[in-house]
Amino acid sequence: MVSRTAAQAATIERQVWRTLETVMDPEIPVVNVVELGIIRQVRVGADGALRVGITPTYSGCPATEVITQMIRAALDQDGFADARLETMLWPAWSSEWLSESGRRKLEAFGIAVEGAGAGRLACPRCSSRRLERMSEYGSTPCKAHYRCLECLEPFDAFKCL
Amino acid sequence: MSATADDLTAQAGPQERFEYVLRLADTSLIAGQRLAALLGHAPALEEDLALGNIALDLIGQARLLLALAGRIEARGRDEDALAFLRDAQEFRNVSLVEQPNGDFAQTIVRQCLLDAWQLEMYESLAGSRDLQLADIAQKAVKECRYHWRFSAGWLVRLGDGTDESRARVRSALDTLWRFTDELLTPDVLDARMAVCGIGPAPVLIRERWQTRVRATLAEGGLEWPRHQHYRWHGKRGEHTEHLGHLLAEMQALPRAYPGVTW
Ligand SMILES: [Zn+2]
Repeated sequence: MVSRTAAQAATIERQVWRTLETVMDPEIPVVNVVELGIIRQVRVGADGALRVGITPTYSGCPATEVITQMIRAALDQDGFADARLETMLWPAWSSEWLSESGRRKLEAFGIAVEGAGAGRLACPRCSSRRLERMSEYGSTPCKAHYRCLECLEPFDAFKCL
Repeated sequence: MSATADDLTAQAGPQERFEYVLRLADTSLIAGQRLAALLGHAPALEEDLALGNIALDLIGQARLLLALAGRIEARGRDEDALAFLRDAQEFRNVSLVEQPNGDFAQTIVRQCLLDAWQLEMYESLAGSRDLQLADIAQKAVKECRYHWRFSAGWLVRLGDGTDESRARVRSALDTLWRFTDELLTPDVLDARMAVCGIGPAPVLIRERWQTRVRATLAEGGLEWPRHQHYRWHGKRGEHTEHLGHLLAEMQALPRAYPGVTW
């Protein structure tokens, strides 16, 4: 068994986070899985085993399996083929797990973010806060559907559970 | 010596735990399958998307729960084997969820009665001594709260809408109310899981469900329906005739082509 020092373990963990930052969400390809907040842990254990904990956004999100496969492929390619991917349901994901850079990229992409910490929802095009909610459900499980009353454009918002 | 959490969980045997998790899993699965059949048929695009997304959540919850049931059973059955290779009498869903979609009012009433129950169940189960079940529940409860906002909102709108919508929602409540007793009346297994600290106290679920549903009916100007005795025990495998038809459709492909993938 390879025993590693704490410093070596920390270096490996940092490299893995870098690799994970290259894996983009297949449905919203402007944010990576780290910004999305679905990577719960990257840890090299005392036994030298590398574990990556992933949490789904929604129980029924059809992208979860694709994302897991993409993470697997990226880790394999970067020399972490021995990494164990583990599903961690607790604590459950919510839009609060989105990183600050993730929020900015989503808004630039035309998807507003609602929920605590994100402030009041604003139109991603004209920043108006005069909005109308069309539906609490949208084109994917993570989004709701809104319309701006200023510029009249419809837009998606990351929904807050 | 005081009993630890592990001791208490251990008191519930694997067969009992398997049956209990199956009830939750099958209830989500059958409810999800019913809603999935509405894709492309809901009265408006927004409702189509909403019902489709709720179906996805329910089927996702069912997958997590069926996988857990398979691990507890430890006989090599995974989520697919449990979903597609069991017959109707082996399903443990409550009878409410296998009832047909009917008109939009009936779909909404069925969903509303279910959402109120799932919401309270998962809220309590998030504190279960079975930590794997608790993990699934703390995720599912957030989704169910969102589903409830949709279905309760529609129940109020239909009740408080036109003469036609009120008549339809009343008729749906009359049709489906007889299935609510099963949700709220504990049997031996429900009581036992509560004692073991795995499931919630049934009396608590009944009270909270009634409070929630009563307030929503009142907001929609709808009366609390007359009590009706029930004759079905879906959670013990005694189902209405509707489940067999639903399963025939849901299971046709995996049964005709075992192990097929695409
Ligand atoms: Zn705007």
